Amino acid sequence: MNILVCISQVPDTTTKVKFTDNNTRLDTTGIQWVINPWDELSLTRALELKDDASSGVAKVSVALVGPVSTEPTIRKALAIGADDAYRVDTEALDAYQVAAQLAEVVKAGSFDIILCGIESSDYNGSNVGGMLAEFLNYPSVSGISHLEVQDGQVQVNREIDGGREMLVLPTPFVGIVQKGIAREPRIAAMRGIMMARKKTIQLVDAARVEPLTRTLAYEPPQPRPACKFIDPDNPEQLIALLQNEAKVI
Amino acid sequence: MSVLVYTENWNGSFKKLSFELASYAARLAEMLNTNPIAVSIGQVGRDELEKLSKYGIKKTITIEHDGLTQFDTQTYTRVIADLANSQSAKAIVLSNNNTGKSLAPRLSVRLKAAVASGVGQLPEQLSPFVVKKRAFSGNAQAGLELKTEMKIITLAQNSFELVEKPVDMVIEKAEADLSGIIPKATVKDVEIQTGKLLLSDAEIVVSGGRGMKSPDNWAPIEELAGLLNGATACSRPVSDEGWRPHEEHTGQTGKIIAPNLYVAIGISGATQHLAGISASKYIVAINNDKDAPIFEAAQYGIVGDASRVLPRLVEALKKAKSA
Ligand SMILES: Cc1cc2nc3c(=O)[nH]c(=O)nc-3n(C[C@H](O)[C@H](O)[C@H](O)COP(=O)(O)OP(=O)(O)OC[C@H]3O[C@@H](n4cnc5c(N)ncnc54)[C@H](O)[C@@H]3O)c2cc1C
Ligand SMILES: Nc1ncnc2c1ncn2[C@@H]1O[C@H](COP(=O)(O)O)[C@@H](O)[C@H]1O
Repeated sequence: MNILVCISQVPDTTTKVKFTDNNTRLDTTGIQWVINPWDELSLTRALELKDDASSGVAKVSVALVGPVSTEPTIRKALAIGADDAYRVDTEALDAYQVAAQLAEVVKAGSFDIILCGIESSDYNGSNVGGMLAEFLNYPSVSGISHLEVQDGQVQVNREIDGGREMLVLPTPFVGIVQKGIAREPRIAAMRGIMMARKKTIQLVDAARVEPLTRTLAYEPPQPRPACKFIDPDNPEQLIALLQNEAKVI
Repeated sequence: MSVLVYTENWNGSFKKLSFELASYAARLAEMLNTNPIAVSIGQVGRDELEKLSKYGIKKTITIEHDGLTQFDTQTYTRVIADLANSQSAKAIVLSNNNTGKSLAPRLSVRLKAAVASGVGQLPEQLSPFVVKKRAFSGNAQAGLELKTEMKIITLAQNSFELVEKPVDMVIEKAEADLSGIIPKATVKDVEIQTGKLLLSDAEIVVSGGRGMKSPDNWAPIEELAGLLNGATACSRPVSDEGWRPHEEHTGQTGKIIAPNLYVAIGISGATQHLAGISASKYIVAINNDKDAPIFEAAQYGIVGDASRVLPRLVEALKKAKSA
């Protein structure tokens, strides 16, 4: 059984985002790029399953749609333990265009489980996984918080309002993962970093697909008014403000 | 022509978010000069359906089918896509909850319709069609152009005001064509906590961080939440430590919420935490460090030791409520 983890690269989660060109583009100067946190966790879970001989998982691959500048991020995934990698050589323009590219990677390969994150922490699309599944006509399950594979049998937990659902799934399918899939992301050890140098990143030509959306401009959030400090010995004042000024209680 | 809105139900009932969706769809239909149509799947009583008309919905299409009792993304996608075609939808509106998030991207590919997810406002302009959506984990809004004829929008919960606009509504039953679809996932087990206010539905949220020091100190947080008819939440380290259940974790890697009031107690205000709560209308922070970054996000703050401030706040609130 083979797992493909789709990874996107995003600014480090502590980045103070700034925009340039009249707020039409992200200012990338000084940005540290990382693997999208969800994808790092998916990769971790996929590798945990591979480590467990009874799972039947033989190989873990990663795929990224992006230009050559994304290769350090892919190398990082290889250093963490992915067996091989695919890079579709094109700028990622929107979720539809990215999912269409990933669909070609999946069709050309042989994958049983395809994992995507619930959202990328930059554009917050929440769309690539579901779109990929529809392009492939595969089942998809959103909000996966646990993934178990035993002798090729797949069971997942899915978060639903106020609880969770345990599902048994046939392969192939697209799993869209969220919190819980793995606890801590696995980090690259020295040996992994050495080995990653020898692993191949397969270059895939981009399919011709037009994006369906375009970001015209960004707007930083409205600055909040300065905090009003309230004397800790006078909580009545806070209650009065919440009742009369904010009118929220 | 129409604006189609999928109004999910919970055991036959709607929630506030269903009416937010209805309000949004009605306003969007007005802008697009067309009619808002609600789609309801599963058994919902007439009285419940009628509630949608209060928010401007002129027609509701209900579909009941044995093959639809269990939510299956592929099946539901097909049913809603078929309706979007037969009703010549110009736009489809869904919630940005788990259901909407799983349906919107599949509908997008099936109908070749552009999606904007996590939208809180009506479009800024119609040609080109531009809507604002959440980006960079709440650190920015993106003005997104949807370039296709048909548009899909997922609406962020508690971000759009209910607009009461009673109209006459017709209810139509429709058949679903499920030929050739076999749901692929089988449900083995379901665990549901009933009777508990969901964090995503709560208008007031009281949340504790590592500054609470121990899981044994949560009683006043629960009491405060109870007094305010709110839900409880926590920061990530708190749920990682097992002090509180995982469902309570808010932030970039947890739940993203937008209550009317978020009370952060002993939470430093790391960017990853703020990513989940910055859309709250009001934030109150209680922290013993006056330089904690949470005070930059908060409108009201108390600098002090939570173990001292909280019990007093609870007492004061009890008094205010009985007054
Ligand atoms: C990729 C990534 C994703 C992450 N996602 C999330 C996420 O989704 N959600 C999240 O919350 N975090 C997330 N984090 C972690 C985040 O960076 C912070 O570490 C975390 O939010 C800190 O939690 P805290 O505020 O409870 O604890 P701390 O940072 O330890 O803060 C405790 C606060 O309590 C105050 N305090 C101490 N004693 C008292 C007292 N007696 N009375 C009052 N105040 C007191 C202190 O002054 C301090 O401000 C993520 C991190 C990474 C790297
Ligand atoms: N450029 C990309 N290359 C590969 N996978 C991606 C890319 N962008 C997004 N994804 C996948 O889609 C998920 C959700 O992203 P999004 O729909 O952009 O919020 C991510 O967690 C990745 O798994």
